[in-house]
Formats: sequence, C-alpha cells, structure tokens
Amino acid sequence: MHAPSPASVTAPPLSAIGLACERGSRRLFSDLAFELRAGEMLWLRGCNGRGKTSLLRLVAGLGSAAQGQLLFDGGARPARRRVVYVGHANALKEDASVVESLAFLLRIHRGRSDAAALAAALAHWGLLPQQHALVRTLSQGQRRRVALARLAVERQPALWALDEPFDALDASGIDCLNDLLGAHLQRGGSVLITGHQGALAAGAPRRELDLDDCAA
Amino acid sequence: MRALFAALFMRDLRLALRRPSEALLPIGFFVVAVALFPLGIGPEPQTLRTIAPGLMWVCALLATMLSVSQLYAADHADGTLDQLMISGQGALVVATARSAAHWVLTGLPLVIAAPLFGLMFDLAPASIAMLGFTLLLGTPILSLLGSVGAALTLGLRGAGVLVILIVLPLTVPALIFGTGAVAAVEGGQSAAAHCSLLGALLIFTVLTAPLASAAALRLAVE
Repeated sequence: MHAPSPASVTAPPLSAIGLACERGSRRLFSDLAFELRAGEMLWLRGCNGRGKTSLLRLVAGLGSAAQGQLLFDGGARPARRRVVYVGHANALKEDASVVESLAFLLRIHRGRSDAAALAAALAHWGLLPQQHALVRTLSQGQRRRVALARLAVERQPALWALDEPFDALDASGIDCLNDLLGAHLQRGGSVLITGHQGALAAGAPRRELDLDDCAA
Repeated sequence: MRALFAALFMRDLRLALRRPSEALLPIGFFVVAVALFPLGIGPEPQTLRTIAPGLMWVCALLATMLSVSQLYAADHADGTLDQLMISGQGALVVATARSAAHWVLTGLPLVIAAPLFGLMFDLAPASIAMLGFTLLLGTPILSLLGSVGAALTLGLRGAGVLVILIVLPLTVPALIFGTGAVAAVEGGQSAAAHCSLLGALLIFTVLTAPLASAAALRLAVE
C-alpha cells in the first residue's frame, strides 16, 4: 500500500473531460466537461433526447463514451467503484413481493439486506403495510417507491446517478426522496440527477449542468 | 460473486414457482410432441424402438428452445439487467446463473420425463438408462447454447425464431453423440466413446458459452 498522492485526495468523485456520446449514428453531446464534488448535487438539464439518460448510463458503467473520458476520484473507473444507479425503469418483477424485490436489489449490489435494514427502508417510504404485496398489485408511484427504497439503506458517501427519480411520486414521496438526498449530501455523497427542478427541496445545494450548451 | 449467483438463481426458481403454468410449458410441449409420434407412425414396436432416441432428443431440443428465447428479455425490458450489469460482478455471473436456473427448470424435468416415455416406445431398460444419462449430459449444453442465442438476439424483433435458427445448428454435435450412445446400447455395443465425446462437449460449452453470453449481454445494454 502506498499513500495516495495529493492530487487524488482532492480530486472530485466524478469529472468529465471532453466527453461525447452517440446513440446510433447521432451525436447527442460533445465536449462536455464538468466536475461533481463531494457533497454536491448536479442537476442535469436539456431538452428531450439531449442525452441526459445516456450520460447517467455512462456514469453507471452501462456503455462507453464516443470521445473523452470520465474520471472517478481523478482516475479511471476502479473495479469496485459503486455507483448507485436508479434508472427510469424500476427493475422490479411483477411476481415478487415488495420486500423480496428490495432484498434482491440490495443483495446484488452487496448492500445490507438483513430484516432490520429492509424494514427501516420500507418504513421510510411508507411501504411497510404493503411489504408482502406482489409488485403487480402496486401503483406506478408505489413501484417507484420500492425502486428508490434502496437509497434509504445506503450509508456510504458514494455517487448516486438518479434518472427522473421524482417521476410518479406524490408529494409525500417527493419529501421522502428529498430527505434522503439531503442526508446523502450531508455525509459527503454526490448526486447526479435529472427531472423537474420544482421537485428538488428548495434548500438543497445544487448546480445545474445544461446539456443544450454542449449540443453536437 | 457467489452472492450474486445465489440471489439470481434463487430468484428465478421462486418466480417460476409463482407462475407454474409458464414453467411447465416446455415439459408440456415435450410430452405432447413425443406422445404424438406413436399415433402418427403406428404401433409397430420395432419402428418405434428405432426412432425413439432421436425423437426424444429432438423434442427435448425444441422444448428447450421454446423457453430459452425469453431468457433475458424480461430482465432487459424492466431494467433488472442494467442493475445486474453494474453490480460490479459482471455479466459472466449473470449468464451462468440464468443458464443454470434454466437448466434446473427445463432440462432437469426433461431428464426425468424422458425415461418414462422410453417405456412407451418399448426401449430396453439399458437403453432407457442410457437415454436418461445422455440427456443429463446434453441438456445443460442446450441451456448454455440457448443462453448465447438469447443474449445475441436481445431487444430484436422476432427474437424467438432467430434464437432457434442460431442455436439449432450448434446443437447438432450433442444430438449426434446423444442419440448415437443410445443406438450403440440398443445394438449391444459400448457407448463409452459417445458418452466421452458428449462429456467433452459439455465441458467445452461450460467453459465457453457463458463468456459468449456475457459479451453479448454487454453489447445489449449499451
């Protein structure tokens, strides 16, 4: 073990240099550069089809950039780097129960999946009464809550990449998510997020990144 | 790595138990298809005995293909595949776990059912035992190759038929050695050579097919 160099200590958890992304033959954005520091939330803006989701997928490790690179803590993506990615699809199975779905998602990401952690996460989202209900009996908003419930178990200041997390959530669901985002930023985590700005808590520290400025 | 394998494998079994009609579809197809042949060909015992091994192998092959084409489709559509791919443990574990679960749900019931149908075709006990043994060695090959086809055609329209077209030619060696072993026993010869080749084929497929599936899955989620 050698001591980390000063550069890597101060390097932001995520930064992009000259990043370009293509879908098929269409270039979505190019020359994108940004830094996401610890304890900071970066809100992605841009018109439909500008590549907000594609950028989140690049960060999550699903796909590769057409040009440029993403740096994690100032270096290449470490093998064990955990990016907590919640896509616009909920990754739930119709025939699994709420608690089984959450336990599965936590287990594949090596999160805590003991009964206490599951109960606490479900309680945060008000899902305890439905914990044994099958996913197919839930509404869209409730499904979204189940998909986001794993954020309530997270205790590490990791990087969160959330794609339209406020979709289908009601007012109390939005508050639940804002609480988690606030706590995460507080402990030095960083968040990359898309969606309606109106849903974000007013006091939450955030910067905006407009992908329209980098339109190819 | 073991945790992801176990979580995925157990999830597949649990979901299959919740939808037993879907899980039983391939074995139902096998039963109906095999039972139709004596009715169509006629009750001549010698003829039935001759065609039985090949017939049951082909029906097992088709039953496997029926279920394998959707192996990754549901996970791809609902976003589960994305989560599995970024879990940091890679596509290889996903491909291996899904293939293993598919074999337990489809291949294993076929291995159990085929000897029962051996009686219907008037096979000798030694031939029935050999048929079960070759299917035990052969059905994992079918699940593994099917998984490659399913991963390659992920997200394509008409994927079901395409999988069959891609995978069936690859299964020809397994079919030849599997039926050859039973025919050898029927003819009073040693089936050791056929079984060894089938075993070698199984080892080769276990070592290579998950790699190919994993590569195809990585392409599919990009």
